[in-house]
Amino acid sequence: MKRCQRGAMNVIKKTNLAMILLSLTVVFVTACGGKSSNAGSSASPAAAYSSSPSASPSASPSAGGQDQQAKTIRVAYGKWNETDNWGKWLAAVKQEFEAAHPGVTVELQPIEGAQFATKAPLLMMDPSTAPEVLTEDSFMINADSAAGYLEPLDTASWDDWKQFNDGIKAAVTAADGKTYGVPISTDVRGLYYNKVLFKQAGLPVPWQPKNWQEIIDAAKTIKEKLPDIIPFWMNSGKAGQEATTMQTFEMLLYGTQDTLYENGKWVVQSPGILSSLQFIHDIYSGGLGPKLSQVLTAQAGQVLETDLMPNQKVAIVLNGNWMTGTWAPTGSKPWPDALNVYDFVKMPTQNGQPPGFTSMSGGWTLAVGAKSKEKELGWEFVKLAVNKENNKKFVLADGALTPRVDVAGDPEYADQPGTLFKVAAEFITYTHVRPANSEYPGVSTQIQDAVEKTAAGALSPEEAMKAYARNVERTVGKDKVTTK
Amino acid sequence: MEALNQPVPRGRGRGFGGGEQWRAVLFLSPSWLLLLLFFFVPTALTFYFAFTNMALTGEAAMASEFVGFHNFADMFRDPGFRTAVYNTMVYLVFSAVIGQQAVGFLLAFLMNGRSRAFRSIIGSIVLAGWVAPEVVCAFVWFAFLNDSGTVNMALEAAGLKPVAWLYSFPMVSVVIANIWHGTAFSMMVFQAALGDVPKEVEEAAMIDGASAWQRLVRVVLPMIGGSVVTNMVLVTLQTLGSFTMIYALTGGGPGNATETLPVYMYHQAFVNYQLGYGTAISLTLLVIGAAASLIYMKVLKVKI
Repeated sequence: MKRCQRGAMNVIKKTNLAMILLSLTVVFVTACGGKSSNAGSSASPAAAYSSSPSASPSASPSAGGQDQQAKTIRVAYGKWNETDNWGKWLAAVKQEFEAAHPGVTVELQPIEGAQFATKAPLLMMDPSTAPEVLTEDSFMINADSAAGYLEPLDTASWDDWKQFNDGIKAAVTAADGKTYGVPISTDVRGLYYNKVLFKQAGLPVPWQPKNWQEIIDAAKTIKEKLPDIIPFWMNSGKAGQEATTMQTFEMLLYGTQDTLYENGKWVVQSPGILSSLQFIHDIYSGGLGPKLSQVLTAQAGQVLETDLMPNQKVAIVLNGNWMTGTWAPTGSKPWPDALNVYDFVKMPTQNGQPPGFTSMSGGWTLAVGAKSKEKELGWEFVKLAVNKENNKKFVLADGALTPRVDVAGDPEYADQPGTLFKVAAEFITYTHVRPANSEYPGVSTQIQDAVEKTAAGALSPEEAMKAYARNVERTVGKDKVTTK
Repeated sequence: MEALNQPVPRGRGRGFGGGEQWRAVLFLSPSWLLLLLFFFVPTALTFYFAFTNMALTGEAAMASEFVGFHNFADMFRDPGFRTAVYNTMVYLVFSAVIGQQAVGFLLAFLMNGRSRAFRSIIGSIVLAGWVAPEVVCAFVWFAFLNDSGTVNMALEAAGLKPVAWLYSFPMVSVVIANIWHGTAFSMMVFQAALGDVPKEVEEAAMIDGASAWQRLVRVVLPMIGGSVVTNMVLVTLQTLGSFTMIYALTGGGPGNATETLPVYMYHQAFVNYQLGYGTAISLTLLVIGAAASLIYMKVLKVKI
C-alpha cells in the first residue's frame, strides 16, 4: 500500500516537474524571442502593442469596417537636441497623414542624434524593426541601398519630383541609377566670425580671409588680445561623427589640390591630406582651439550653438549655415541678434588658389525601409512630408536650405530674417559634394579618428595620415586605394 | 512536502534501462535545448563571423563573404589594435589586479575582527560602489571629475587652477573610477577567506614570536591563496570585458588614450560598421581572458 502511494507520488512529482520545466522553457523562449525581435528599437517600447489591433481582430470590433485596414507605419528620425525640430515637423505631418488615411497610425521613433548612425542600420536590417520611413543622411544612401536596406522610390510617376534641384537629385541617386531618398534639406559650410570681438581685437570688419594663413593669423591676434576668448572652433571629435568629417576635414581638404576619391580610388596619402591635418595640428598645438574637454564630447555642437556663440566666447567658427535654426524664435536658443554679431563668410582655399573659396554640401533625405511591411504607405508619407508647404515649414524651423525650387522662390523663404538662405546662394557656386560611394561611411569614420588623434596630439599629422591610409586600406581593400 | 524530502531511490540512474534512458534524455532536453540555443549557437556564430567580412552597411551587409584569417592578419598589423591591447593591460593590471585587490584586501584585513557596527557601516559604504550599475558609477565619476565637477570646484575654492582630469589624465581617471566601483567584490571575497583562517594558527605563530607582518605574509596569505587566485581570475575577466565605465566616462578618448579592447571592438563593429572585424577582436579578447586565467593558475600553483 505504502509503495503504491509512493509510486503515485513519484508520478505526480515527475509530471509536475515536467510541466514546470516545459512551462519554464516556453516562458524563457518566448520571453527571449520577444525581446530579440524588439532589439534595437529601444526608442519604441510602444512598437509591440501598437501593432496589436491589426494582429488580433477581436481587439477592435467596435470601430466598424474601417478597422480591418488598421495599419501602423513607423517613422524613425534623428532627435538632435531638446528642441527636436524634426520631431515637431514630423508630428504635424503625422496628423495630416492620419487624417487622410483613416485606420493608419503613424508612430514616430526619435533616435538620439549621437546614436543615429549606429542605430539606423540596426533598425533597418531586421524586418521586425525596419521603419517604413526614416531620415537618411544623403551620404549613407549608397551604402544602405547596397546593403538592401532601402527601397527604390518611384519618383517617375510623382509630379513634385521635377520641383527638386537637379544637383541635389544626383546626390540621392545610387550607383544603380535608382533614387533611394527624397531630399528634405541641403546646406553649405563656411566661417562664422564675431564682429564685436574682431573689433575689440583690432581686426578688420568685414573680414574675408583669402587663405588659411589669414585664418591662423586672425586666431593668433584674438588669442593675444582677448585671452579669455576661444580663437577658433571646429568639430574635432569622433563623437561629432560626420560633422567632424565634413565641416572640418573636408572643408580643409577640398580647399587644397586634393580630394578624397579620384578615378575610382580612395586617395589615402596626399599633400592635401597632410596640409589639412597640419592645419588642425597648428590650431590645437598653438592653443588657438577650444579645450579638448569641450570639443571632443558628443555635446560639443550643442554647447557651441547654445552657449559659446550666444555668449560670445568664441571668435571664429567653421560650421554650416543651419546653425541659425538654433537661434530662430522656435529654436532651442532664440537669439534675434545672432547675425548682427556673427557674420558668415566663405572658407578660402589653402593658398588662395582658384577658385579662391570652397564649401561642402550635403543634406538629409526621407527614405523608405526595404524590409518594412507598409512600404506603399511609407512612400505616401514621404511625399506628404516633403510637399511644398511641409518642406517650407521644415526648412524655416530647421535653418537648412531647401532642395525644392518652388520653395526657394517663395518670398517667405528667401526673405526670412535670421537665416542665411540668401548668403548661401553664393556659397553654392564653390561647393563640393562627398563621394557618392557605398564605402564612404566606413572611410568617414576613419577620417574622424585621424582628426581627433591629431587634435588631441596623440599622433602627428604624418602619423595620423599613415594610420588613416592603413585603416582605409583595411576597410575598402588594397586595390581601391592610391597615394599621391 | 513529504515527497520533496524523499531520497532518490537507489538503482535509478545506475541501470539505465531503455525507458529510463529515454526519460533522462527527455528531462534533460529542455536544458540542452536552452544551452544549444543561447550558448552554443551564438558562440559558434561569433566564431564564424570572425572569419567573414560582415558589415553593418554597404555590399558586405547584403552578402558577407568568408575571408579566412584576413581579419586576424589585419588586426596584428593594426597599430590601433596594439594600442588597445596595451591600454587593456594597463587598465587591467592597475585597476583590477593591483588596485581592486590591494584596496579590497586592505579593507578586509583592517575590518577583520573589528566590531560588528564598524564592519557593517564601512562594508555597506564600500558595497554601494559595487551595487550601483556601472553607468551610474561612471556618471558619479563624471560629475566628480569633469571641467566644472566637484574636484575642480574644490580646487578653485582653494585658489588653484582647475584641471581637465578626463582629458589630461584619462587613464588614471578611469582606473581610479574602476577601483572605486569594483573594490567591494574583492573585499567580500577576502573577508570570507580571512574569516576561515583559524585563530589558533595565528595565535601559534604569535607565540612563536612572529611579527604582525610575518604572520600576514607567512601564515595568512598562504592560507587564503586559493581565494586570491579565484578572485584574481574573476576580477580579471570582469575587467577585461568592462565596457560601460570607459565608454561612458571618456568614450575611449581623447584620441585613443583609454581605448581598451571592448571599446575598440565596439568602435570597429558599430561605428566603423565592420562587424566581422569587431567579432574577430572579441574572439581575441576571449583568448586573452582564457590565457590570463590559465597563467594565474599555473604561476600561483593553485587549483580552483
